Amino acid sequence: MLRRTLFAVVAMSALAAQAAVPEFHLVVQDHKFQPTEIQVPAGQKFKLIVENKDASPEEFESAELNREKVVVGNGTIDIYLGPLEPGKYGFFGDFHQDTAQGAVIAK
Amino acid sequence: MLGSGLLVFREVLEAALIVSIVAAATRGVVGRGRWIGAGIGAGVLGAIIVAFFAGAIAQAVSGIGQELFNASVLLAAVLMIAWHAIWMASHGRELATQMKSVGAQVTGGNRPLSALLIVVAIAILREGSEVVLFLYGQSAGGSSAVDLIGGICIGVIGGSAVGLALYFGLLRIPMRYFFSATNWLLLLLAAGLASQAASFLIQADVLPALGNRIWDSSFLLSDTSWIGKALHTLIGYEAHPAGMQILFYLVTAALIAFGMRMLGGGGAKPPQRPVNAHLAH
Ligand SMILES: [Cu+2]
Repeated sequence: MLRRTLFAVVAMSALAAQAAVPEFHLVVQDHKFQPTEIQVPAGQKFKLIVENKDASPEEFESAELNREKVVVGNGTIDIYLGPLEPGKYGFFGDFHQDTAQGAVIAK
Repeated sequence: MLGSGLLVFREVLEAALIVSIVAAATRGVVGRGRWIGAGIGAGVLGAIIVAFFAGAIAQAVSGIGQELFNASVLLAAVLMIAWHAIWMASHGRELATQMKSVGAQVTGGNRPLSALLIVVAIAILREGSEVVLFLYGQSAGGSSAVDLIGGICIGVIGGSAVGLALYFGLLRIPMRYFFSATNWLLLLLAAGLASQAASFLIQADVLPALGNRIWDSSFLLSDTSWIGKALHTLIGYEAHPAGMQILFYLVTAALIAFGMRMLGGGGAKPPQRPVNAHLAH
């Protein structure tokens, strides 16, 4: 019972947060990010939606942003970010670091 | 082959560092080889299962299943380490005394080895599932079997070698300090894992960050350098931690230290009397 309630609270808070924040889209294709640079507002929470159009899995990773999340082949993930100070924050695809590189630019 | 070898090496290294601390902390315990072996086996099996269900896990709980899964697994490891560290603090003195007779083994039956088995399994499961996913992607992308198997060999052998080096380094700690030293290592390891769990809960937007970058020490030691990564795994180093991560780190460290002190009565002190009467614990 407690577990179910907790589960509901977590799910609801996630939904509530989803409704409130602006969204930005990122595509993985041929082991590259498109676009390679994403402009976001500084000082504000936002959601990054990463769609993997490759058949193979990829991992969105960024030491600068403290983020790490696997996106399976032809899958989509949401990553919550911010609020960020103005600046450039690099990210990369952990499974294809030589090609999959990008950056979030907060202004 | 080198590229995949490097990724496998990195993940194996992270798991091997944790396993080597666990192996050192259970020094002298009869049957620990079997327990650790079982933990590794369970971890590899778990990694394959988790990788297989990665898509389903990610989709669960409106898209934050992956973070909740990672955070739960990490917090489970924290609990197991806490239990073991506190237990060891209350029995470490006896263990150290028993081991004074060279080559002796400790025969107690009810020490929570199973807790550390779970920690080993979790460490392997987490890093291993990334390896499995990566290799699956490589093979789907047309990499040859020779490349993949070569990469696995390079990574596993290299990562295990560093883990073994740490293990034998730890064994050089003098016996009278040994168990308190490994206990402190376990405490820092647990605090670091708790901080990582907090990071996943922030990523899922379940917890507030309480400040995204409390400090930035990346100019001193970057998260992406090898030393930075090793320290990240061992003691939870972060170049720019969120406030919530620091809170999780400090609370976990304080709770375990408190438990060790309350129940341990200072395990670091040398024994003042023969302890044969305590063998029954
Ligand atoms: Cu990793």
